[in-house]
Amino acid sequence: MIVAVASGKGGTGKTTVATNLALALQNKLPVQLLDCDVEEPNAHLFLHLDITCEEAVTLPVPEVDNDKCDGCGKCSEICAFNAIAVAGDKVITFPEMCHGCGACALVCHTGAITEKPHRIGVVEIGNAGRIVFAHGRVDIGTPLAPPLVRAVKKHASDSEAVIIDAPPGTSCPVVAAVKDTDFCLLVTEPTPFGLHDLKLAVGMVRELKVPMGVVINRYNEDYTEVSEYCRQEKIPVLMTIPFARQYAETYARGRCLVQDYQEWLPAFIDLWYNIERLVQQHARAISN
Amino acid sequence: MQELLVISGKGGTGKTTLVAAFAAMAKDKVVADCDVDAADLHLLLQPQIVTKNEFFGLNKAVIDAELCTKCGSCEEICRFNAIKDFSVDPLLCEGCNVCRHVCPSGAIIMEPNRAGYWYVSNSTYGPMVHAQLGLAEDNSGKLVTVVRQAARELAKEKGHHLIITDGPPGIGCPVISSLTGVSLALLVTEPTVAGRHDLERVLRLARYFKVPAVVCINKYDLAPEKSQELEDYCRQEGIEVAGKIPFDEDVNRSLLAAVPLTSYSRGKAAIAATRLWENLMLRLESV
Repeated sequence: MIVAVASGKGGTGKTTVATNLALALQNKLPVQLLDCDVEEPNAHLFLHLDITCEEAVTLPVPEVDNDKCDGCGKCSEICAFNAIAVAGDKVITFPEMCHGCGACALVCHTGAITEKPHRIGVVEIGNAGRIVFAHGRVDIGTPLAPPLVRAVKKHASDSEAVIIDAPPGTSCPVVAAVKDTDFCLLVTEPTPFGLHDLKLAVGMVRELKVPMGVVINRYNEDYTEVSEYCRQEKIPVLMTIPFARQYAETYARGRCLVQDYQEWLPAFIDLWYNIERLVQQHARAISN
Repeated sequence: MQELLVISGKGGTGKTTLVAAFAAMAKDKVVADCDVDAADLHLLLQPQIVTKNEFFGLNKAVIDAELCTKCGSCEEICRFNAIKDFSVDPLLCEGCNVCRHVCPSGAIIMEPNRAGYWYVSNSTYGPMVHAQLGLAEDNSGKLVTVVRQAARELAKEKGHHLIITDGPPGIGCPVISSLTGVSLALLVTEPTVAGRHDLERVLRLARYFKVPAVVCINKYDLAPEKSQELEDYCRQEGIEVAGKIPFDEDVNRSLLAAVPLTSYSRGKAAIAATRLWENLMLRLESV
């Protein structure tokens, strides 16, 4: 089962939930944790990680042989990403804009365009105790996160528990992380920002047709609108983590709740089994 | 024209809280929200929308079933696996035109994709440009560019010389579009291992694009030893810590009241935010 941990708003506790869940399950099930927040991956900061292998992720970008080029301009005409332009009798490429679609090489009638790999980041693979781990790290200045997210997801094994730590937001990198997972856990906080962005995230997950549940982090009774919204929308609230200064300190030091507070260990194990139950229910509802 | 951008790498460090406070304190400015896929600044500034404008992302391929001969060449050539069973998954299509080019029967057209809206608004705190990217859409960077352009035009029209921009989290496409060419970037961090890690990456990004940057440590007193590490790091890197904001329950109360912090409270966080703003104004004069 693949579970994505996502949120509209950043900083609500995705990594907290993903790492605690992985640590809680590691003595119960084969667990894999994939950190797909490739712009700012943080899960590794909370785990004692042994990185065993590293692979560069590349996209095929055009390389132009200006001797063969006759300056017809068809490549820049078809390119939807402004990644290739003809200036006088020379072709200029902008590899950081290129999505690697291959259109330019396809339309070049003189064979002046070949493709070469352009590095956009790296995937690192390793272990943290019994947890099998992988994360991606986009190179600084590279705008293209989704291909790297997909490169991390390729490492998903048929482990019983695959946990994906998704990036914040509701656009393409998140879609790449959440698409084709079995369940999406949305982490939010009881504030107007948390609620506003939760609504956006719910809309996105519905577009992807993935069943979902909510975790309310830093929970208090001052703002009950989040719980109210979940009730109205019939989205199960699967866990609430109360606001407590000592939890904030645990997090600040790079430690996990299940390490410092034993009571959270069964809570996260229950969370997983509740998700499993919901996934089975969803599968039954679809087959009916 | 000067542009101050507030970014953080890590989400949830307090960007929007600070931008709203600056908007309440600054005179003669335009405010822009470039966090286009989870925009929150409007919740605090409560703008009245003056114009609503459509935003079109890249085109999406659509297959005309009547013309399609089911040859499968489109599916074979698409590098984004966006075509299956002679139909296009718009969530995977990147609009690259390759399928249309190879289709022998002209069955594929590239259709414009309305991917969101952007707004020009008025608020108690001055004119504002903001946007909402559609759910599960791409091209957030392109929409950011549209918002920035509109903010510049609005500032020119109003005769204002300052734009204050709320940026998105991360270091990817929409952040890069927000960052290029601004006068100063304020990097908001928090005293946690994740805050530190993400600050390093966003600082490298600012340097990559040669944008001057200063740092603010939010909730600095929640983990004093982590705050000290952040300050030491900034000193080593030669980056000014322009402000340190203490943890203060008034921040959350001001959010619940939907009022910018410095208009809501005279508490310790509001005082620190005011001091930070004064520092930023001095810094903007010198860049």
